[in-house]
Amino acid sequence: MSANPPSAEPPVDPHVDDPAVAEPRTAAGEDPTRGPALGAPQDSAPRNGAPQDIASQDIDEPPAGTSFLAYFGRKLGGAAISMLMVILLGFFAFRILPGDPVAKIARERPMTAEQVAALRAEYGLDQPLLVQFWDYLTGIFTGDMGESYVYQQSVSSLIAQYAWPTLLLTGTAAIIAIVLGLWMGQLAAWKRNSLFDKATTGTSLILWSVPTFWLALILLMVFGGTLQWLPTGGMVSPGVEPGTFAYVIDVAEHLILPVITMVAVIYAQYLLVMRASLLEEMSADYLTTARAKGLNEDGVRRKHAVPNALLPTVTLVFMHIGGLIAGAVTVETVFSWPGLGKLTYEAISGPDLPLLQGTFVVFSAAIIVMNLIADLLYRQLDPRVRRA
Amino acid sequence: MSTVLSPRAVAFNRRKAAAGRAWKMFLQDPAGVFGAVVLVIVSLIAILAPVIADRSMLDVTQQLDQPRYAPPSAEHLLGTDNYGRELWVRMVWGARVSLLVGLAATAMSMIIGTIMGMAAGHFTGFLGGLIMRIIDFFLVLPSLLLAIVLSSVLDRGVWTIVLAIGITSWAGTARVVRAQTLSAESRLYIERARVLGAGHWHIIVKHLFPAVLPLVMANTTLTVGTAIIAESTLAFLGLGDTTQQSWGTILKNAMDVSAATSGYWWYILTPGVAIVIVVLAFTLVGRAFESIANPTLRSR
Repeated sequence: MSANPPSAEPPVDPHVDDPAVAEPRTAAGEDPTRGPALGAPQDSAPRNGAPQDIASQDIDEPPAGTSFLAYFGRKLGGAAISMLMVILLGFFAFRILPGDPVAKIARERPMTAEQVAALRAEYGLDQPLLVQFWDYLTGIFTGDMGESYVYQQSVSSLIAQYAWPTLLLTGTAAIIAIVLGLWMGQLAAWKRNSLFDKATTGTSLILWSVPTFWLALILLMVFGGTLQWLPTGGMVSPGVEPGTFAYVIDVAEHLILPVITMVAVIYAQYLLVMRASLLEEMSADYLTTARAKGLNEDGVRRKHAVPNALLPTVTLVFMHIGGLIAGAVTVETVFSWPGLGKLTYEAISGPDLPLLQGTFVVFSAAIIVMNLIADLLYRQLDPRVRRA
Repeated sequence: MSTVLSPRAVAFNRRKAAAGRAWKMFLQDPAGVFGAVVLVIVSLIAILAPVIADRSMLDVTQQLDQPRYAPPSAEHLLGTDNYGRELWVRMVWGARVSLLVGLAATAMSMIIGTIMGMAAGHFTGFLGGLIMRIIDFFLVLPSLLLAIVLSSVLDRGVWTIVLAIGITSWAGTARVVRAQTLSAESRLYIERARVLGAGHWHIIVKHLFPAVLPLVMANTTLTVGTAIIAESTLAFLGLGDTTQQSWGTILKNAMDVSAATSGYWWYILTPGVAIVIVVLAFTLVGRAFESIANPTLRSR
């Protein structure tokens, strides 16, 4: 959602808020005021797994668990726990919360008692809950996520079939948004309080307040409806042969509007993150040194300030990728883009609970993997984290 | 000064003075004041909806002699929809649902977020670690996805939407509250209270809660905007209450009749502009509050 609304964190100084960034800083900053007797600092304990006195970490030898393998193992363990929680949540939300999904279906379309019983047997709902949970668990690990009510096809084959268009859409949007957001963010910070800065920050705020699906509708209306410059939906026009050059052009044309929508909604977050991050660097002494060496402003910015500001930004960018997936649901719905988001929408309107469960698990897994990559990248990029 | 004030009165006076200072600082922020004025106007419209337009004007069976898809004109202020209903009437009534859901979901999200954040910051060891894990999990998972799941499996209704948004949007607040709790925990007055024998409950209620409150307030206004967008998105995906129509529902109806490609621009433009204005107003007010509550941001 725009927000991300989803991973919707207000754009106010996201840099400072972020746990990955704030963590080492708080840990080090708050230490002097605490006596070692007053309990271990809670801050570093759960996340870094080393609940010892931080003072010792700051001064002398690196604490246990600085090796890459130990760090990797810890993060991998965290991701595995998150994944397990998603799987449990999936079972809880779809099998326990709704009571009886078949009763829900029966309420929405006429059915005989035999049909209800047959449906119940088909989905294994007549089994005890523990047996259902076991079936669900083994199903997930063998890639069997049940059968879609609406499509009459296995959920995993549907997801495999619809995954590629979503990857194409979100991937293209992510790359453009990252490049645009970071570039404009560093420019805005460098020319802080200039007209450019005010204009870009203002635009970001407005885009933050725009619901993704509404922006999509507006673009569809202007460029697809009124001007008729671009196709209004789908991924290819009928009759275009796959594999030809014309096919590529056709897909690209269909891609333009959805990508613009997603970029508009997310680049603002990257912009604000980059701006905040560079502002932190701008009072640093090494910039004075660089200027004293005789570098011009451009060189100072590009060679010294920006690389340092990029450190925290890169990982935040990865963490925000979860927001892209939420955006994909509404954007694909508006533009009838045949991807997982549209599949989710169809699962909602069914309601097709096995399909919704499938897309929920797959989307969540993708986000958890992205966050794991972000954690690993952060350590590679910022040597300071290796100590903390 | 010869009068001796009770400790309670001293505290009260101090808080009153602080509130007065905050109010003055807020008045100096033109964007924040503008946002506040917009919010007052929109709230008044929502509260006075039954006075402004009778509910029967929403009933599709009463609109048979109305033109369908009439563009905005002197007669039909904001145009009409596919049933001939006046769009402005739907907007006025929709404001009630949008604002109510936004505020209720935010209240829920703030309560969960504050409790979890203070607990994560206050408790050490296994309990604190466990709470932190839960916060992290909800932080990572996109809230819209989980909200979609919750509102699909539960019975449709306004309160389901409130629940779905409230349960999925608290993690950001919890993180901010936890950071603030940690910095408060390291203060000497907390140590003193602990030495004097204060229990967890006393420290949390009497010392930590007042310390995190200003930040929570600032976060609240920012979250309302997010919650309103989340509500409109869920309604747009068809998960809203069909009897209580919000601005998101209007956009859903607009998409269902392909308003975008059929040239019914008012049908799409009006609800969206309203959402943007209200969310922007909440964001401006929230930013103004935040710069009061968090002095380090003031220099930015």
